[in-house]
Amino acid sequence: MHSKNITELGAGLRAGDFSSVELTRSFLDRIEQYDAELNCFITLAPEQALAKAAVADQLIRSGNAGPLAGIPIAHKDIFCTRGMKTSCGSKMLDNFIAPYDATLVKRLDEAGVVMLGKTNMDEFAMGSSNETSYYGAVRNPWDKNLVPGGSSGGSAASVAAGLCVVATGTDTGGSIRQPAALCGVTGLKPTYGRISRYGMIAFASSLDQAGPITRSAADAALVLQAVAGFDRHDSTSAEEPVPDYSEHLNDRLHGLKIGLPKEYFDEGLDGDVARSIDLAIDEYRRQGAEVMEISLPNSELSVATYYVVAPAECSSNLSRFDGVRFGYRCQEPRDLEDLYKRSRSEGFGAEVKRRILIGTYALSAGYYDAYYLKAQQIRHLISDDFKRAFEKVDVIMGPTSPTTAFALGEKADDPVTMYLSDIYTIAANLAGLPGISVPVKPANGKPVGLQIIGNYFQEAKLLNVAHRLQQESDWHLAAPAGY
Amino acid sequence: MSLERSDVENIAHLARLAVNANELDSVAGDLTTILRLVEQMNAVDTAGVVPMAHPLHMAQRLRPDEVSENDQRELFQSIAPATENGLYLVPKVIE
Repeated sequence: MHSKNITELGAGLRAGDFSSVELTRSFLDRIEQYDAELNCFITLAPEQALAKAAVADQLIRSGNAGPLAGIPIAHKDIFCTRGMKTSCGSKMLDNFIAPYDATLVKRLDEAGVVMLGKTNMDEFAMGSSNETSYYGAVRNPWDKNLVPGGSSGGSAASVAAGLCVVATGTDTGGSIRQPAALCGVTGLKPTYGRISRYGMIAFASSLDQAGPITRSAADAALVLQAVAGFDRHDSTSAEEPVPDYSEHLNDRLHGLKIGLPKEYFDEGLDGDVARSIDLAIDEYRRQGAEVMEISLPNSELSVATYYVVAPAECSSNLSRFDGVRFGYRCQEPRDLEDLYKRSRSEGFGAEVKRRILIGTYALSAGYYDAYYLKAQQIRHLISDDFKRAFEKVDVIMGPTSPTTAFALGEKADDPVTMYLSDIYTIAANLAGLPGISVPVKPANGKPVGLQIIGNYFQEAKLLNVAHRLQQESDWHLAAPAGY
Repeated sequence: MSLERSDVENIAHLARLAVNANELDSVAGDLTTILRLVEQMNAVDTAGVVPMAHPLHMAQRLRPDEVSENDQRELFQSIAPATENGLYLVPKVIE
């Protein structure tokens, strides 16, 4: 059962082949069996899950269940879950019991999903390897010496290893797409504002966006359907209408215009990854798509721009963690300043502190124009590159990540090298555009992701394009040996 | 731009972080490396380019000034490090 998709499992549930309680038990058993070696989960909720599964079974029997009813899911531990620890991968929030549900959690709960637990992640979503977590690194099920990517590493690895059917993630600079690519699963980052950020612990508020990590594009469509849409609790929530994301999944791609940015195929791209991407592009040609080279001339500046914008916003967002109202407080503070400084220094890990310091510097008196203002200007140029590209093409394609999964520890001591692993994903966040990573042919036994970027609110088009690849190939069905 | 130990001390104070004296050099080194990456931005002439604050150029939505949430002070304070009579406790600020 652990390798089936939502549609298959939903059919089995409705036909009475198995119950949601049985399905939930089988996933809890798999977590018990495999998670000691993978470390995908920070918190498990077995009793709550089985109780919810029993409710879902009743709903299914009554014939009123939606497509997600009874489906086992895991939430990234960045989403607030009422009455349950929500750590964000940090010692700072190790004792934090969320007093409310994130909108995404609430909407999925209402759709009848069964939450198994909360997945491991880079601390405050700052990382590309899941190694900055207070709860230890997650291992890649394809090879346990490799990282799963980050920051939604626990989510991607748990879907890849069949420990849940779907997991939620968040993507500020690639944190859904990059781990999805490195673990061989499908990861969708919708348009900025498409899914509510309410109850999703903020990292960089103008970039953060939630999304699903799934076995297929069709599954991603079902999850997006349940969570997309306006939320008055999020001041940047989009008021754009929500289309039917499954309706056009099978539309033919004849005449689809695909742009390949030459900057995404430069010398920084691993040769084996490039060959796998080329194979996928060939499949699109076979389906009648028109492929052309385009240019995103300012994309090479996206990493530099991101490492001003994201730390600046993080330094402001993370100022709320002060040891006063919730979270970690240091022992025996001498005075208020000591309380703030020691609570924050002891509660945050090295990468989070590094980004707070960079952001504080970029926003400090005398440096604002040189860093933050400059970055926001270049952000405009990067966004304009995409605008021009979408006058000529329907979607943009390229690799999700320049390499396959790298070894645990390989980049952990070198922040800038780590930052460059998001070189192809960051621009979509800066522009606010939707992107999806889908598995293509593995390179040397390691997963490779094809990234597809679309225009604003074109998630249905992205899912259609991804689904058509998954109809004509079986790359997304490959599972890591032993799981 | 290369950061000195004193720069790190100053930034850390602004961010209300404590950096140990024996870590100042390595933190200064890490931050300098990141700033070198960031300074690639200087190669671009951005004169006259409007800064982009929001991906969709949306304006802040306003709502009527009406009470929309319930008072949940007890729930919220149940996870606080120290409270008394509905107030958050911190070390004495005024002698």
